[in-house]
Amino acid sequence: MASDTILGSPGPVEIAMRQKLVTLLQPSKLIITNESQLHRHHAAMRSQGGGNGETHFAVQVISDAFKGKNTVQRHRLIYSALSEEFSQGLHALSLNTKTSEEAQRCQAEN
Amino acid sequence: MFQNALRTSLSLCRSTVSSCLRSQTFRRFLSQESRTKIQAAVTEYPVVLFMKGNPEQPMCGFSRGVVKILSAFDIPPEKFKTYNVLEDLELRTGIKEFSEWPTIPQLYVNGEFVGGSDIALSMFQSGELETLLEQHGVIPKASESPS
Repeated sequence: MASDTILGSPGPVEIAMRQKLVTLLQPSKLIITNESQLHRHHAAMRSQGGGNGETHFAVQVISDAFKGKNTVQRHRLIYSALSEEFSQGLHALSLNTKTSEEAQRCQAEN
Repeated sequence: MFQNALRTSLSLCRSTVSSCLRSQTFRRFLSQESRTKIQAAVTEYPVVLFMKGNPEQPMCGFSRGVVKILSAFDIPPEKFKTYNVLEDLELRTGIKEFSEWPTIPQLYVNGEFVGGSDIALSMFQSGELETLLEQHGVIPKASESPS
């Protein structure tokens, strides 16, 4: 039942996350990957009946809103924008937050 | 189907109240007493890790990851303390508000919040974590060691 919602089209949590992060950060790149399936069998998720299929996401953001902020400040910015999702079942985010300058530097190094 | 429709309508409701809820979410429950206790806990040891389970038996992959990272350094036991948030509901919710950080694990060094597992891993890879631990005298400086 729950797995139907995560393959193919994004679920309501993912849509809300995207909307809020776009508004907050005006990102030049935003990739949200639903990784909930990988964590469905974990104890915390089992206690919620496997979770709702939208509990774990990897988020990759490139935004100049991160300029002058350290990693903790960047992650807090995102967490506070998504506090509502966290209070309603979102469990963990894996965050990769870069400014456009840092992203370019990263590519140059590769 | 029905669940989907319900969830969509719920999320629409949510977005209208989100702005007033947002600023309060992290501050709703933390009593002054809990705050004082957590403040004492994070400063009592140079390295403090709030995790699920314990180092011998982590109950979550992210907690396990940070334990593994820290085990790469020879941190003396008297400088390192872990708290199992699964055994203490007050701590589990309190630490999230205290740190303004919604997830576990959480790593503190010298009373300062360092981050969760993503940050611990990237700081480990970049060498920043080692530097931080050296700066605070947690581990001896690896001076002039070949790199």
